[in-house]
Amino acid sequence: MSGVSTHPQEGDGERSEKKQRIVRIINSVIDKVEKAEGVSREAIYHELKDLQHIIEESRREIAMARPKDISDKDIPGATDELDAVVEATAQATGSIMDACDVISDKAMEIGGDGGDAIMDQVTKIYESCSFQDITGQRITKVVKTLKSIEETINKLTHIMEEKMPGLPDHEPEMSYEESLLNGPQLPGQAISQDDIDKLLAEFGD
Amino acid sequence: MSVDKNMNVLIVDDYTTMLRIIKNLLKQLGFNNVDEATDGSMALEKVKKKSYGLIISDWNMEPMTGLDFLKHVRAANEPYKNTPFIMITAESKTENVIAAKQAGVNNYIVKPFNAETLKSKIATVLGDF
Repeated sequence: MSGVSTHPQEGDGERSEKKQRIVRIINSVIDKVEKAEGVSREAIYHELKDLQHIIEESRREIAMARPKDISDKDIPGATDELDAVVEATAQATGSIMDACDVISDKAMEIGGDGGDAIMDQVTKIYESCSFQDITGQRITKVVKTLKSIEETINKLTHIMEEKMPGLPDHEPEMSYEESLLNGPQLPGQAISQDDIDKLLAEFGD
Repeated sequence: MSVDKNMNVLIVDDYTTMLRIIKNLLKQLGFNNVDEATDGSMALEKVKKKSYGLIISDWNMEPMTGLDFLKHVRAANEPYKNTPFIMITAESKTENVIAAKQAGVNNYIVKPFNAETLKSKIATVLGDF
């Protein structure tokens, strides 16, 4: 028997139902064309029109999912934020260890039991600072995973654009209030506190 | 035989924070002649030019990992091929430990570690101090 086979997958819900509808319509059209007798061209036309409608709806849904946004903006944004976390913790750890260096020098000057007690505590701080290395390595792994997801989405988007040319590219506009909720800014994208102070000073009292 | 704390020690890690931590812990253990490298290839250049009594290296570095660095050191037909080598890593998988041991590592420290652990591992490799 000719026709399209249907293998509904559990849990796909609406998408699976839509797929089955398309398959049913295609099978119905094939069936009518095969039997031909007594089937009006109009009936086939309506079946095809239904099919077109479902395909259009699917295209709109794919466009709404905005896969390009995920690969072009969301994932690069997330990886930049994570890189900034590593950078910020590295700087903070550096500052903590600078302070430890000064304290340990003073502890050596003091000497004796008091100096030793201070050195013991400074050692504990140094040991604890290794969190930066470990979290940094873990975050780097997450960044690599995100980049791999980004590549996969790029490939899928490329395939979809080839197979379904003319996908509408919906770009929802962000409200003014939403656009203010993006902080903290990434280094290089933000102006410094000094710049802000100067800017405010220009406004006067 | 007592450990000569004036020996040259090479520490290798791509995180400057970690280099600083290890250097400070070594300083507190009495080792003051400490050189640094940020990956295996830089470390290899250093061992070719200078004699070290101990190498402490991270595993996870680019372009040359700590394991590759260890293999290069052990494979060389040079005086440095028997330099005591301690691997430090956040990866505590059994297969990693086995691979390091097969490559000729003397001891293995898992991050995070403290001064006491570092001291005991160095003592295992070099003798009590």
